[in-house]
Amino acid sequence: MITPVFLNFHCVVFLLAHNYEPVTAYFLRGDVTMTAVGLARLQFGGTLLFHFLFVPLTIGMGILIAVLETFYVRTKAEEYKVAVKFWMKIYLVNFAVGVVTGIIQEFQFGTNWSQFSRFVGDIFGAPLAIEVLMAFFLESTFLGIWIYGWDYLSPRLHLLSVWLTSIASVISAFWILTANSFMQEPVGYMVRHGRAEMVNFFALLGNPQLWLEFPHTVFGAMALSSFFMASVSAYHLIRHTNDAVFDPSYRLAMTSALIFSVLVFVLGHEQAQHLITAQPMKMAASEALWHTSPLHAPWTVIGWINVARHATPFVIQIPDLLSILAYNRFTGRVLGITELNHLYQKKFGMASYIPPVNPTFWSFRIMIFVGTAMMLIAMVGTYMMAKKVRPRWFLVLTEWTLILPYMATTSGWLMTEVGRQPWIVFGLMFTAKANSPLVSLTELWTTVIAFGLVYLSVGAAAVYLFVHIIHAGPQTEEGQEARPKPQESLFVTGQERHARGQDPIGGEWH
Amino acid sequence: MLNITWFVLVAIIFVGYFFLEGFDYGVGMLLPFMGRSDRERRIVLTTIGPFWDGNEVWLIAAGGAIFAAFPQWYASMLSGFYLAIFLLLGGLILRGVAIEFRSRVEGLRWRRWWDAMFFIGSLLPPLIWGVALANLVKGIPINAQGNYVGTFLGLINPFAIVGGLTVVTVFVFHGASFLMLRTSGELYHRAKRAAFTMAPVVVGIFFVFIVMMYYETDVVRRLGLDPGPIPLLAWLSVIGTWAFVRRGHDKWAFISSGLAIMLGTVSMFLAMFPDVMISSLNSHWNLTIYNAASNPYSLQVMSIMAAVMLPIIVAYQAWSYWIFRRRLTDDTKLEY
Repeated sequence: MITPVFLNFHCVVFLLAHNYEPVTAYFLRGDVTMTAVGLARLQFGGTLLFHFLFVPLTIGMGILIAVLETFYVRTKAEEYKVAVKFWMKIYLVNFAVGVVTGIIQEFQFGTNWSQFSRFVGDIFGAPLAIEVLMAFFLESTFLGIWIYGWDYLSPRLHLLSVWLTSIASVISAFWILTANSFMQEPVGYMVRHGRAEMVNFFALLGNPQLWLEFPHTVFGAMALSSFFMASVSAYHLIRHTNDAVFDPSYRLAMTSALIFSVLVFVLGHEQAQHLITAQPMKMAASEALWHTSPLHAPWTVIGWINVARHATPFVIQIPDLLSILAYNRFTGRVLGITELNHLYQKKFGMASYIPPVNPTFWSFRIMIFVGTAMMLIAMVGTYMMAKKVRPRWFLVLTEWTLILPYMATTSGWLMTEVGRQPWIVFGLMFTAKANSPLVSLTELWTTVIAFGLVYLSVGAAAVYLFVHIIHAGPQTEEGQEARPKPQESLFVTGQERHARGQDPIGGEWH
Repeated sequence: MLNITWFVLVAIIFVGYFFLEGFDYGVGMLLPFMGRSDRERRIVLTTIGPFWDGNEVWLIAAGGAIFAAFPQWYASMLSGFYLAIFLLLGGLILRGVAIEFRSRVEGLRWRRWWDAMFFIGSLLPPLIWGVALANLVKGIPINAQGNYVGTFLGLINPFAIVGGLTVVTVFVFHGASFLMLRTSGELYHRAKRAAFTMAPVVVGIFFVFIVMMYYETDVVRRLGLDPGPIPLLAWLSVIGTWAFVRRGHDKWAFISSGLAIMLGTVSMFLAMFPDVMISSLNSHWNLTIYNAASNPYSLQVMSIMAAVMLPIIVAYQAWSYWIFRRRLTDDTKLEY
């Protein structure tokens, strides 16, 4: 299990290093004149991607565990409880890192992007505040009740608390994506007094981008968690540590992996079609389409992009597929980067409106390839389940699939956010004008390096714990009590050593 | 009117945050001194275990409320206190992962390491809030655009240091009185002893802080609502807590230390009102609840949300405290 988990993080770091342009600009192209905006982006993007390594598992695993606990409450079969308690440990470690990085995410809008906060706070702050009121309080409070409430609550109330926790994390996704959708496709605002003021709250809720992005993200989270659960179950099923516990988990996870890897694909497709009209530049960049396509637009499987020459000299293409993807029919032009750039220059003034093409193109490719692979594996897995066979090779394969959804989610965000550049809020505000003007480079470097190290060490500790918990496997009630205790005496200080158990000062003030 | 409502709401959320996380931070700072064996430390952590995460959300709520209602304030405060905010966030990271990670591995070095991280993570936030609040009421150099033009070291002045120490010691005191409610036996007595040791220190530092506050924020006070005798009432509550601890009225001691925190927070907000960021360079550059606010429509939407959600939140959080009201004993089965 160690290899998939660690390799997983390597893959993500690889993606970050190759497809996140503030990183590539500095480290790969030797562009050492890192600007304040570049650093602010590096920091924000780094936090976002690190945060989102943990978020999907929180959302999806919460729901899967809630389902398992529902089985437990209905059947009273002890295996389910053991399974719930096992998955809960992984969930909690993951949750902790997700929460602490989420707090940073919220505060970074103010610390690093004060001009952005001033400009859109009126409309952008509202969904964030509502997220706290409707989701975070619910999630955190009932999480506490769930973890500690086993012996305090009736099984039904306990079950309620895990469902409330998981539903709250979905609600939270809704509100934060409402905010993000505004950045992709601003609605319900009016620019007054030099800032975007909210004029229609319901327009914000009805943002078409939101209703694609939200289900896509939640389905993606479900798919990721299903593969995670399937992968860990496969690890234990290969070794037959506790088949009674892992068999139901595996079957639940594989079924849900199929459902959600298909759904996330469908929603991804819908979202891409929406991009054609809402953010055509992002679409053109993610296809490396330098010039408007012919009527029968081919889809580029892979290509070698020459950014300086605005050309993609080497390509492998499938005829007509881009037209089909874009419009669900064999014909239809897709606007190219050059043409769109001219259009935007007329509309918004002279500037370059071309996002970093390489990262956008490749993240989109990785997301699609990986997503397809996930879907195929889940199909084979459920087919085998129906046939009641479970060959060892497939379990080994399942174990390794852990890497795939993480690559897909990371690539998805890279494409969405890098592809929107140079805008921070599409059509309204440039990223280059959104950062905090008086935060110095020294301050930025300090926090970039310090928090980079914090993320690396916290990430490493979390990975270590994942592996530790997975290897230890599920524990029964007796097993937990009987586990070896650390040598207590080493904690005891000199002062305490002689007073242990009979604190002489303790009773004095009665 | 809406602007005042939101200023009051932000103040209420801060009161909630300092009251609830106050004892969490206090327990964290007391951890190395209270829990001497591993089991004791686990008990100490379990006293706040079910609550701390929900309590921390009050901070996120405060951030969200300021962002939504006073975006200019949010932008100026967070970018102005840049390094301080990151230090605070660093503390919150350490705290959050430490309490979750420490009991997952049996190794002693692992546990001691995360206990140390939990201590640091619990010490940094109150220290930084104390410094930040002192600077907020005193005024900091911000320019006409609302951007901070000073340096990080500029935030550190005698008043701010006393502010930081005050918040730290009050929280330790509050934490000790919370531990007295949740523990029994030896740990209970140790908590009591801690509260007793801390009492004179808190009374002293708090008093110095109040005197300095009347002195340092004199000009500001005349512009805004006079905090009047409220800081003194806060100080009296600290003395009250001391008396209750001495008499063995655990519940009253906790209520009283909580009251001190509430009144202290309220007086800071009264000292600022109607400003939210005071410019020490030019009072025309102050951010007020009017020029820093979102438009009335946005405030209206948020008011409806807050009016519906806050009572529900308070109800279920109160319920969670009710569930875990039993004192922890040596026989309690620990989840961590």
